[in-house]
Amino acid sequence: MKRFFVISCVVAMLAGCGSAVPLNDVPVTDASAKSVSGTDAAGIGSTGVQAGGAAGSDLGAGGLASASAAQRTVYFDYDSYVIKPEFQSLIANHARFIKSQGARKVSIEGHTDESGGREYNLALGQKRADAVRSALSILGVSSSQMESVSFGKEKPAVQGSDEAAYAKNRRAEIRYQ
Amino acid sequence: MIKRLLVSIFAGILLTLCSSSWAQFRVEVAGVGMTQIPITIASFRGQEQVSQKISDIIQADLERSGQFRGVGAALRGLDELTRPDLSVMRQSGADALVSGSVTKLADGRIDVRFRLWDVVKEQDLGGQSFAVGSADLRLAAHRAADYVYEKLTGDKGVFSTRIAYVTKAGSRYQLWVADADGENPQSALSSAEPIISPAWSPDGNQLAYVSFESRKPVVYAHNISSGKRRLVANFKGSNSAPAWSPDGNSLAVTLSRDGGSQLFILSAAGGEPRRLMQSGGIDTEPVFSPDGKSIYFVSDRGGSPQIYKASISGAGAERVTFNGNYNISPAISPDGRWMAYISRVSGAFKLQVMELATGNVRSITDTTADESPSFAPNSKLVVYATQQQGRDALMTSTLDGKVKARLSGQSGDVREPDWSPFFKQ
Repeated sequence: MKRFFVISCVVAMLAGCGSAVPLNDVPVTDASAKSVSGTDAAGIGSTGVQAGGAAGSDLGAGGLASASAAQRTVYFDYDSYVIKPEFQSLIANHARFIKSQGARKVSIEGHTDESGGREYNLALGQKRADAVRSALSILGVSSSQMESVSFGKEKPAVQGSDEAAYAKNRRAEIRYQ
Repeated sequence: MIKRLLVSIFAGILLTLCSSSWAQFRVEVAGVGMTQIPITIASFRGQEQVSQKISDIIQADLERSGQFRGVGAALRGLDELTRPDLSVMRQSGADALVSGSVTKLADGRIDVRFRLWDVVKEQDLGGQSFAVGSADLRLAAHRAADYVYEKLTGDKGVFSTRIAYVTKAGSRYQLWVADADGENPQSALSSAEPIISPAWSPDGNQLAYVSFESRKPVVYAHNISSGKRRLVANFKGSNSAPAWSPDGNSLAVTLSRDGGSQLFILSAAGGEPRRLMQSGGIDTEPVFSPDGKSIYFVSDRGGSPQIYKASISGAGAERVTFNGNYNISPAISPDGRWMAYISRVSGAFKLQVMELATGNVRSITDTTADESPSFAPNSKLVVYATQQQGRDALMTSTLDGKVKARLSGQSGDVREPDWSPFFKQ
């Protein structure tokens, strides 16, 4: 009798197990996806939720919001979070521009090279983003306009496992929203 | 009627999913353990008529554990009702025998039965029976392997547990939940942006993870039976490294909202995070000790990343790792005896296992890009990501490093494994 009971339990459990993990159909109710350019739109799950594409509005000539990646990127030395002198003017330009656009929000995205753990690199990338944020802050940019975040090693600018690639990936990007 | 129809539709979808999923993993046992129980798994009577070779699955499970060695070539003509000639078995070198049968039932389900024999003591060690749909044949085999493992080693088997992991194929990231042998992967989330750090809740019902889909790291908790998910941490700055408390009531996370990467505790129900401690540098990768009284974490407060331990109040942080200048990604075994972590040794990233009581450390791999260790719920195996012959792989290893099995991806990157707890029975 007891054995029958055990078997019944096992059978009941097995019967339920086929549905333990649902399919790809993940309802996304709370993802506040926002992307900077249309190409980055994050389609999540098979439900095909698209992030809103918030392209920068036309600012005319010199609008840093639509600047090329080179004009928005600060590169760092190996294992370093110190902003090198050659990037001071880039940061000063952005500080001026952000201050002139009181409603404009910027995201400062820190990145690392591919060496090391994912979570630890996330924290290292955060240090780089924070370094740029505080440099902007010193130049008078309001902290309410800035958010510093990290992608760690998840979004390399360049593929490759040599120092040339690593140098291009150790960076912080200023992105306008 | 409608419900039944729905069930059969669902089963149909499941079947489609199973058959279309890439045969993603293969078990390759390399290395020999010291003491292994020689066991014969007889070919189950009738298993040719179904899609899975039950006896092969059981044998692969048992061998992957490092505690068993299959002996005796495919023995046939036995089932759970046969009384085998155990003296003959003994001569073939087997200490144990599993025999069984697979029978199609009138309602379409399949009845899997087995019996375990102690060949040395000539004892019937009992058996079980499972009536399952064909999609659950592998699970029935894993349950049988769990039964054999527990009867013969005294420890619970982990073959019917699951492993979550992340793949990257092209620009697509997917969070998967597979059986502990890597088979039967099912997608829980698909995204154009990275997914990292999946973490099972202690009851096995939820996976917390970090998703970058909103262009920053945000922590979600995903109910794997309903597919619904909710935000756990979406504060200004980066939100990452979720770890569940053993009672499942709270999570430790790394937040940068107050400057720097620092540790916080959040109620699993939501609400305001409580800062765990304050340091000038990086604190991240928190994990709870199994008794819930302390937290292990990574900090660069001493100048290089090392693993520390503090009380759950955040007080009394003390350093745990002392070798080398880069020690990260701690995982604590559920029995509290072991800590697995990754150490950088001469430029290579190596999986280490520390016996916490003595501080003795063993390097258990010959690979150089090990990542993300996670313990099996019985504390006997560890799963980790690494690279072999230039390809990403998930591996399981015994804690002495002697028996490893490769759960190898066929295409794309495979990474971030996390082993589930035992599921409630």
